[in-house]
Amino acid sequence: MSQEILRAEKLIKFFYDPEKFKVLDNISLSVGKGEFIAIMGKSGCGKSTLLYLLSTLDTIYEGSVNIIGTKVTGLSEDKLARFRNEHIGFVFQFHFLLPEFTTLENVMLPALKLGRLDKLAIQTLAMEKLRQMEMDQYASKLSGKLSGGQQQRVAIARALINNPDIIMADEPTGNLDSSNTAKVLDIFKQLAKAGNTIIVVTHDRDFANEADRIIEMSDGKIMTLSGT
Amino acid sequence: MKVPVNLEIAKVHLLTRKRQTVVAMLGVTFGIAMFILMISFMKGVNQVLSDIMLSVTPDIHIYNDFETDYSSSLTSRYFGTKPSQWIIVRHPRPKQINLNLRNAPGIVANIRENKEVVAVSPLVSMQILFNYGPVQLGVVADGVDIREEDLLFDLSGKMNSGRPENLLTTENGILLGNKLAGKLQVTSGDMVTATAPSGARMRFKVVGIYQFGMALMDEYKAYVSLSSMQQLLGRNRDYITDIRIKLKDQNRAKSMAELFSRKYGYKADDWDTVNASLKAGNIIRDTLTYVVSFTMLLVAGFGIYNIMNMVITGKLKDIAILKAQGFAKKDIIQIFLSQSLIIGIIGGLAGLLLGFILSYALSKVPFPTDDWMVIKFFPVTFDIRHYLFGAGFGVLTTLLAGWTPSLKASKIDPVAILRG
Repeated sequence: MSQEILRAEKLIKFFYDPEKFKVLDNISLSVGKGEFIAIMGKSGCGKSTLLYLLSTLDTIYEGSVNIIGTKVTGLSEDKLARFRNEHIGFVFQFHFLLPEFTTLENVMLPALKLGRLDKLAIQTLAMEKLRQMEMDQYASKLSGKLSGGQQQRVAIARALINNPDIIMADEPTGNLDSSNTAKVLDIFKQLAKAGNTIIVVTHDRDFANEADRIIEMSDGKIMTLSGT
Repeated sequence: MKVPVNLEIAKVHLLTRKRQTVVAMLGVTFGIAMFILMISFMKGVNQVLSDIMLSVTPDIHIYNDFETDYSSSLTSRYFGTKPSQWIIVRHPRPKQINLNLRNAPGIVANIRENKEVVAVSPLVSMQILFNYGPVQLGVVADGVDIREEDLLFDLSGKMNSGRPENLLTTENGILLGNKLAGKLQVTSGDMVTATAPSGARMRFKVVGIYQFGMALMDEYKAYVSLSSMQQLLGRNRDYITDIRIKLKDQNRAKSMAELFSRKYGYKADDWDTVNASLKAGNIIRDTLTYVVSFTMLLVAGFGIYNIMNMVITGKLKDIAILKAQGFAKKDIIQIFLSQSLIIGIIGGLAGLLLGFILSYALSKVPFPTDDWMVIKFFPVTFDIRHYLFGAGFGVLTTLLAGWTPSLKASKIDPVAILRG
């Protein structure tokens, strides 16, 4: 395996509502740089929960998570926010753009927040990412007016804007029709080919088959590790 | 870089719901405008009332506040003085009391040397009667040095006819208030007869009519020269009962009064002590203004609180996205608190402007005319401090109103929302 970029050790998580329930049971996981990993499993097996733990959004668990050599477990909320901004790109199931902002502004926001480049450079970069997704002609449109598939492509462009070390996606095709699913899948394939590290939670077997490695989960445990 | 991004988001949020934003701003605008209008008007009223009162109140008033001394009594002449014996006298009466200030001309000359004093006006005052047919009108006649009195109370500016100096050029001249002159049916040049309590009578020639805008002055007061008054009382030229003083700095009156009181051994009142009731009126009006304005701003504040809460409830998803992308708690607070603040600042500035326009308009509205009233328009003051206070108050209100909702927004757990 190439250089390790993410390592999770002995992750245990409970849900307390409506009653105490072990969602994740002693999960350990390692992801190498440039790997495309698909996490599969039935609804409720804990795969989304695992993704949120790995993404640092969820902070209440046992065990530890290391990303690019930084132990993120136990960091303060503000530090985690900064860390996500810099190192992690997100794609959600329900596209989740900010509807009052234009497509371009949506893509620019994480970079503006990071503040590493000036506004003009960010704009150029954002346009480039949109072009990659073939969404550049909608740059000045309000994102609320786009179709679901279009929004998802913008969301991917947004996830890429800060050149993240890991791209995490939660059912990125879960809410799309077949033609849009094909497009998004295509984009992920290209991203993987370009050397990005990707972790995707998905139901879609076709999608998962494109991954380097499939992690099957059941009842909060990793069942099989397949792939190269 | 952080602040501009957050501000930009705040700006977009405000602009996409313009109507709500404007309504919230209007709340602040009206609250502050009313505050400015009320405080400007109330302070104007205070000012007018103070001016009227002070126009007849000297900065310092020195007089002989007689204290009856019963330590020696005629009773001893009849009963003798034995240590073993108590003599109780009910309702004692004094034999003789002098109301005048001893060595008054000396005191006046001495006070004049003080650098803080602008004018010193000696006075002999006496209740006299004017006969108008069978009716006797009681009036307090002030025997004064009219030039000094003019310096104290600006008599020249209050004359309806004649000049104060006429008292000096006319033998036994008298200045009357316009109400009194009207009652006596006299005008300048007519003769009036005054009767002193002692029964002495004297004829005066009316040489001027004045109007202060106060019943006390216009109906129950008359000015004559010092010498006429002393003559009417049958006293010598040193007989002075009161000394009134005008200072360069009115605020020094209290300490100067104490100084003079100690120095000359007579009672000295400053204007502040004499007009204590005026002060109470001012405090009541000020309190009223602040209470009403505070209530209005409180209502505006609740409006903002409500709107911010609604906005945040509608934006749970957006907040979750922002957090997932690396916006920290303090960024979320900044985004929503700055919206509240922008509402407060813009609404507040508009309020100051509206308040200024309204108070300026009010200051141009003619005051209902009245025989007593000397003001022509509604009294309004323009004081930059009220505007600064209003602005500060408005911003503080919106800051407080936006604080809880913003804090709530920052505490949203993105995972719970992103999972759907």
